Parts: sequence; C-alpha cells; structure tokens
Amino acid sequence: MEHLSYLFKGGTRALPRAADVVGVVGSGNLEVLIETAPLQGNCSIDIATAAVGFGAIWEAVMTDFHARWQLMDARIAINDMGATPAVVSLRLDQAVETMLEQP
Amino acid sequence: MNSYLEATARERLQRLLDPGSFQEFLPPSSRVVSPHLGQLNAPVAFDDGVAVGRARLDGRLVFVAAQEGGFMGGAVGEVHGAKLVGMLRRAIHDRPDAVLLLLETGGVRLHEANAGLIAVSEVMRAVLDVRAAGIPVLALVGGANGCFGGMGIVARCTNAIVMSEEGRLAMSGPEVIETASGVEEFDARDRALVWRTTGGKHRYLLGDCQVLVADAINAFRAAALAQIDAVTDVALTLDAIEQEQALLTTRLERFGHVREPMELWRALGVTEPEALPLLEADAFVEQVAAWRLGAH
Repeated sequence: MEHLSYLFKGGTRALPRAADVVGVVGSGNLEVLIETAPLQGNCSIDIATAAVGFGAIWEAVMTDFHARWQLMDARIAINDMGATPAVVSLRLDQAVETMLEQP
Repeated sequence: MNSYLEATARERLQRLLDPGSFQEFLPPSSRVVSPHLGQLNAPVAFDDGVAVGRARLDGRLVFVAAQEGGFMGGAVGEVHGAKLVGMLRRAIHDRPDAVLLLLETGGVRLHEANAGLIAVSEVMRAVLDVRAAGIPVLALVGGANGCFGGMGIVARCTNAIVMSEEGRLAMSGPEVIETASGVEEFDARDRALVWRTTGGKHRYLLGDCQVLVADAINAFRAAALAQIDAVTDVALTLDAIEQEQALLTTRLERFGHVREPMELWRALGVTEPEALPLLEADAFVEQVAAWRLGAH
C-alpha cells in the first residue's frame, strides 16, 4: 500500500452536505469518501492505494480534479484497488455531483 | 437500473427501501475499518463492506444490512461481523417490524481467520435471538457473489429467504468443491452446472428458499414486504428443528444417489426438467408449483 496526501488552496465552492461515499473498493475500482470539513478554505485529499509507485500520476489527476471543481473546506479520502486515472476522475466527479444534487 | 444483481449494496438500499428513509449506523465517515487488513498491507473499505441501519419499508420500521460483494467478495471480517451483530442486537431493543439481510458474501474473510469465524457464529446467534424476540428476519439473495460459507448457514437461520434465479445459496462454493474433491466431481467453470446446483431455481424446488423473484429490485421489495406478514412461526422451536431434520432425512433418502440436479428435478416429477433453466421467474414458479418440496 502507498499513502499519498494533497492539499489544494484557493477553492471557492463549498459543499452543501456533511458526507457521502461513492464507489466500491474492488479490483480496478475505488471508493471516495467526501466530507465537509473546516480546513481554512482548503481541500485535502488522502489516498491509500494498492498500486505503489504512481504518485506523479495521482498528483496530475488530483490537480485536474481541483481545477474542475475548486472545492473549499472539503476533505476527501480514497481507498483504491488499482483504478485507472479515468476511473479515479469519474468517481471523484460522481462524489462531488452526489453531494451537490441531493438536499 | 432496476437489476438487483448489478446494483451495489448502497444502491440496493436506496431503491429497495422507502426513499431517503435509510439511517445508517457507523456510516463510512466514522471510518471504522478492519484492523487486520492494514497489517496485511491490503486495502480497507470505510464501511468494511457492509452498511447497517434502520429504515422504512412501505412505512414500516425495518432494520437492515446490505453486504457489498464488490469488496473482498462480501466476506465477513471482524468489523463487518460486529456491525451485523450490533444491528441485530439493537433490533431486539428497538423492536422493528422485521430485519432484512441483503446477503452477498463468500462467507468468512480468510484474511481475518478466527476473528471472522467467530464473527459469523455471533451473527448466527444474534439472528436466532432476534427471532426469539418475536421479530421476523428475512434474507434476500440476488448478488453476483451469491451467499456461501457460514453466511449461507446464516441465511438458513432466518425465517424466509427471497432469491432470484441469479442468486446462489450454498455452504461450499463451486471452486471450494472443485479444489477439495477434484474437477471430475465438480467443474467450477461450468456455469450452467453451478447455477443448477446452487441457483435460485434449484433452491426454490428443494424448498430451501421461500420466494423466487425476477432479478429486479422492486420485485425483491414486494417479496420482502409480503414475507413480513407471511411469516407465522417467528421464533425457532425444537418442533421446527425436528421437522426440518425429518425433511432433510427424507430428502437424502430420496435423492442421495442422484449425481446431477436435473436428475433430481426429474425424480421430483418435473416432466420437462430441461426447460426449467430457460423459464422466467413467474412462469417457473407457476410451472413447478405441483412438484416443489414445500418446506422450510
């Protein structure tokens, strides 16, 4: 397992709800737990992945994610079992969309 | 998007129960994860592969658990099992109209060895305690991973089992049998054989499950709702165990020599057993009504 952490500053979009989870920790898949958290406006992402040695790709995918959504005061935690970058992006978008769409 | 088979555990809860009614105990955000998987350098899930809580089913209070087959085959580890037991014990306290177990599991999570085995035995005891308290327990089996091992026994400890044709229920799974007894005894890659042996239709014919439904979440919902009222003897009694024992003895005497499920169906009196696997659930139930072993 490899553990990676990222902190993004300067987000502008606050999440309306407390927490949600999308995805399943299965082969080639991952779960994303997304929560509102008082982080001085920042967005933190913590990743536990079974695929060791892909830090540079994770960083690029997370940077793209933050550019898309600009989340503030959000804490994201990922349990990954070897998902591809496209699947990771999809699940992250699903997590945000789920938080935004439901009351 | 109504397939029970294709849905995740959380999607099943969302669509089976009254909308927005599910209140989860120990949700993923509480991060109660397996203490064992981390030591083995294996990935964890924030809910340890099971969601438990209270909800409404057509307005009636139910307690519910849904196992996620996508996470380690729905296998029961220490935390996963403790969540099931905790929910069942809370049910005795809060007295819902029923407890629903949405089972999809290979049984004990072998990574957690004795802790997983103990957890499954605690779940069995807790299920029987809930029944002894007068609260019906129903098992729903329709996930891709089936319901095997110790959790197969748990399913049979409930008041009633609702299955789809795609659902599977047994003690040893196909690959376990092949590994232990050889491919000549059982070819785990023969999907038709696997479903003939463990699938919902076979279980229904033998009386091992009480209801067979199509692979649709609303069909499982309707069946679960109907079973809450259909269950008569909620608590397990010595008399019921003896009846079951007598039934199994008779079953072994009648069919113990049979090598293949289709031969068994023929021995039951089914006139065209070859046609059974092709029938839709409703047509199947209608067709086999006369031959089905009516048992629990």
